[in-house]
Amino acid sequence: MMRWSYSQVRLAFLGLCLAAVLSGCGVNDVPRLDEQVKASWSEVLNQYQRRSDLIPNLVETVKGYAKQEQDTLTGVTEARAKATQMQLPADILNNPEAFHQFEQNQAALGGALGRLLAVSERYPDLKSNQNFLALQSQLEGTENRIAVARRDYIQAVQAYNTQLRTIPGRWIASVLYPDAKVKETFTISEQAQEAPKVKF
Amino acid sequence: MIRSLFIVAFLFVAAATPLRAADQADFPALTGRVVDELGVLPPQSAALLTAELAAHEKRTGQQVVVAVVKSLNGRAIEEYGYQLGRFWGIGPKGANTGAILLVSPNDHKVRIEVGYGLEGDLTDAVSSTIINQVILPRFRKGDYAGGIASGADEILRALGDDLAAAPPVQMQQRPQEDDHGSVGSILFTFLIFALFMWLARRRGGGFGSTILPFMIASSWSSRGGGYSGGTSFGGGGGFSGGGGSFGGGGASGSW
Repeated sequence: MMRWSYSQVRLAFLGLCLAAVLSGCGVNDVPRLDEQVKASWSEVLNQYQRRSDLIPNLVETVKGYAKQEQDTLTGVTEARAKATQMQLPADILNNPEAFHQFEQNQAALGGALGRLLAVSERYPDLKSNQNFLALQSQLEGTENRIAVARRDYIQAVQAYNTQLRTIPGRWIASVLYPDAKVKETFTISEQAQEAPKVKF
Repeated sequence: MIRSLFIVAFLFVAAATPLRAADQADFPALTGRVVDELGVLPPQSAALLTAELAAHEKRTGQQVVVAVVKSLNGRAIEEYGYQLGRFWGIGPKGANTGAILLVSPNDHKVRIEVGYGLEGDLTDAVSSTIINQVILPRFRKGDYAGGIASGADEILRALGDDLAAAPPVQMQQRPQEDDHGSVGSILFTFLIFALFMWLARRRGGGFGSTILPFMIASSWSSRGGGYSGGTSFGGGGGFSGGGGSFGGGGASGSW
């Protein structure tokens, strides 16, 4: 077996130290943060989906008590159709146009739902309907989950984008992950999205 | 040569030191299963509640805690609740089967915050019913102790109904997140050590070869401590969260 010379050992050792330094400042940070962004984005989609799944039931229940609110009911149904029919491109997180379209559709749906809950205030029979109360609490819970998922997503994107834009992450990314791009985040405020609180 | 090694090692240590911001926020400390900052619960009813909650955890692995806080610090209770839950790590890690009955008497707000894993049993609708029909009527009369005790009972009942169906959650789960990283780091540290032993033997020791292993060892130990909120509950001693997470499930009410 060949014996290694001292300089070879030194080189190997320096290489190892360099690898350690690199992993310390995060060669893996870009993919790791990228995965976090993806996971939290899935959660956002999941919660929006959950909201739109609750809507048909809610609309049916309200319809039984408040037929004259046809405009509001149609508004919700149409906003839901618009939000669910939108084809999300695969690169939506890097595509400002599609991202903002998505955001706007969901915000419009949130607003329409808020109006629906507000008008149901006027119908005492509806307000005491158990089914309606259950749906309403589920809807409130879902709005809250959406808010949490959005906040988590915003944080994940912030960490990812900061990594891509600051040194040394910026150098690492330009060498090792040239495809990594800054991702889009929510701009419409949560307040605009949240359904108005309904008091009983 | 030794100097350059020293510098490189220093860089390594500096780079490996975790730069974690102290994200302590302004939450109360998790002093037990019943955290009562305002003292609204008489000692014996707090003790009774603690025993009930402990028994429930022993049976199901689910962690339910009661928190009476001084103030929400200007935040919405929905926001405060899930952040408190994540901060305390209520519920076993991975299963996330934890719940908090959160009351802020000064803000006149109450919330049942439900961990991811319990959202199917303690649904928003069930939580809302408990709040509106059991807790709020008592709170409105000023009976905090009664409202909290019967609210907690109802929560446990809602969770108990499903006990036969759901398999008991594994307790004492260890966080398994960083397994790959740990194995890699151990291997890496071992390699460096081996190299050093060898180097030291060849060169007959010196400053670098005596100090360096210690520095590397210390850097390794600081890297390894990624998760310290582990699960030490179950026995008679103190109580701590298992590392569970929350996603905003549950319901709130005000009076």
